[in-house]
Amino acid sequence: MIGRIQQFFRTFLLVELVKGMMLTGRHLFRRKITVQYPEEKTPLSPRFRGLHALRRYPNGEERCIACKLCEAVCPALAITIESEQRADGTRRTTRYDIDLTKCIFCGFCEESCPVDSIVETNIFEFHGEQRGDLIYTKPMLLAVGDLYEEQIAKDRADDAAYR
Amino acid sequence: MNTLVQPLMNFGNWLWGLLAAVVVWIFGQELAPSVMHAIKILLLIVCIVAPLMGAVAYLTLWERKLIGWMQIRIGPNRVTFFGLRWLGGLAQPVADGLKLMVKEVVIPAGANKTLFVLAPVMAIMPALAAWAVIPFSPSLVLADIDAGLLYVMAITSVGVYGIIIAGWASNSKYAFLGAMRSAAQMVSYELAMGFALVCVLMAAQSLNLGEIVRMQQGNWGFLNWFWIPLFPMFLVYLIAGVAETNRAPFDVAEGESEIVAGFHVEYSGMAFAVFFLAEYANMILVSTLCSVMFLGGWLSPIPLAIASAIGLPWLAADSFGWLLVKLFVVVSSFLWFRATFPRYRYDQIMRLGWKVFLPLTIFWIVLLGAWMQTPLWVWWQ
Repeated sequence: MIGRIQQFFRTFLLVELVKGMMLTGRHLFRRKITVQYPEEKTPLSPRFRGLHALRRYPNGEERCIACKLCEAVCPALAITIESEQRADGTRRTTRYDIDLTKCIFCGFCEESCPVDSIVETNIFEFHGEQRGDLIYTKPMLLAVGDLYEEQIAKDRADDAAYR
Repeated sequence: MNTLVQPLMNFGNWLWGLLAAVVVWIFGQELAPSVMHAIKILLLIVCIVAPLMGAVAYLTLWERKLIGWMQIRIGPNRVTFFGLRWLGGLAQPVADGLKLMVKEVVIPAGANKTLFVLAPVMAIMPALAAWAVIPFSPSLVLADIDAGLLYVMAITSVGVYGIIIAGWASNSKYAFLGAMRSAAQMVSYELAMGFALVCVLMAAQSLNLGEIVRMQQGNWGFLNWFWIPLFPMFLVYLIAGVAETNRAPFDVAEGESEIVAGFHVEYSGMAFAVFFLAEYANMILVSTLCSVMFLGGWLSPIPLAIASAIGLPWLAADSFGWLLVKLFVVVSSFLWFRATFPRYRYDQIMRLGWKVFLPLTIFWIVLLGAWMQTPLWVWWQ
């Protein structure tokens, strides 16, 4: 009986609702956790999977040996490779396209690569302004690799201990 | 007479003289007094509606900011005037308004064109018309009519037509569902609201809103206001007000997770903006009425004795400013509700309206009637 009376007053005095409002009221004065993106950025993991790049050896020779493992493993069928035998007898790609509009950034290409040629950098701020801008060809990928080799190598070195 | 009001009235008289001069200049003669009166009323309406629209625009920003803060975010802070960083976010309503203005108003193929266009007008008309009788300060009210409270009740009830017509004319099942829910909800809560207001009219012995505020005057500041003897009615009115305006947690009519946006799902561009304006104008209206009827309108919450004791006698002055403060607090609590409570289920809303509020209000009317016959009634003699 007393319990029911208590329940009655608790209902009519809106105790639970006031408790809820106190909670949101407290949050009103909490420090805000918003990251104001262009000015502030969150730290990125060395394993971050962003824009792709093709790497070179220090002597300038491209790493890719056209084994086509990445093409085979790609679940989104975003990679297209054509290859031929170069004059010095090595097998090289003549075409290495990644359609970034198809790519799901799963990182399988990077995992499957036996020579660490195709990698995903930590660049996520890229865009295309026209149709086809996001289909990256071999020269484009090599250019990305050349530009960010330092960061790519550092990320690989940082992550090596856990592999 | 308030010291602030006098210069304002002088300015008003000067403006009025200027207007008369301009009329003579344009038409080459003085117009009939009735025409001049109509022009004056029209100008006064503009004087009320224009700031109201500004308030509505900035209420949307305040809502996003306040709810953001309550969710530990910072809310809109990018759009600014003249590239000034410290004004960040202040231009957001302007940007939103511009965006809505340049968007196309799509009229669905199966829609009833006339009603489809008419519905937003019918939704916003009562939200604006009700302001005619609101007393902003002791001397500032557009139409000081005796049945002010009745007028407000009558006008706000018409708002439901806009919603029903919008839902029906859209020829969309979601819009129709939203409209049905909304109509049922508004009709149910109008009853509880009406009975809560009957208590106010019993306590104030008048239907004139200015008179209702004057009855709350006294030596005890905020203790003289009707929210104390009518506390349950104050809560009922506040909650019914939230339900009337279809705000969270009673926003099943919009229910974005179930029926997209409810009755205005087919509306876009300015037609949608008008519904939006109507909703927020209604929110401000309900808050103002709440302030007028339960929180003493323009009256100062601080008794004169205390205000002069701490050396700030101007704090006890009755003015429009106090109404603004109360209004702001009540509107903010609407937003606070939205940030806090999950949406009611439809049958819970109906149960609350019919099985809780209605008996409660009727009980309180009887109780109040008995109370007012006893010496325990100390709010006025």
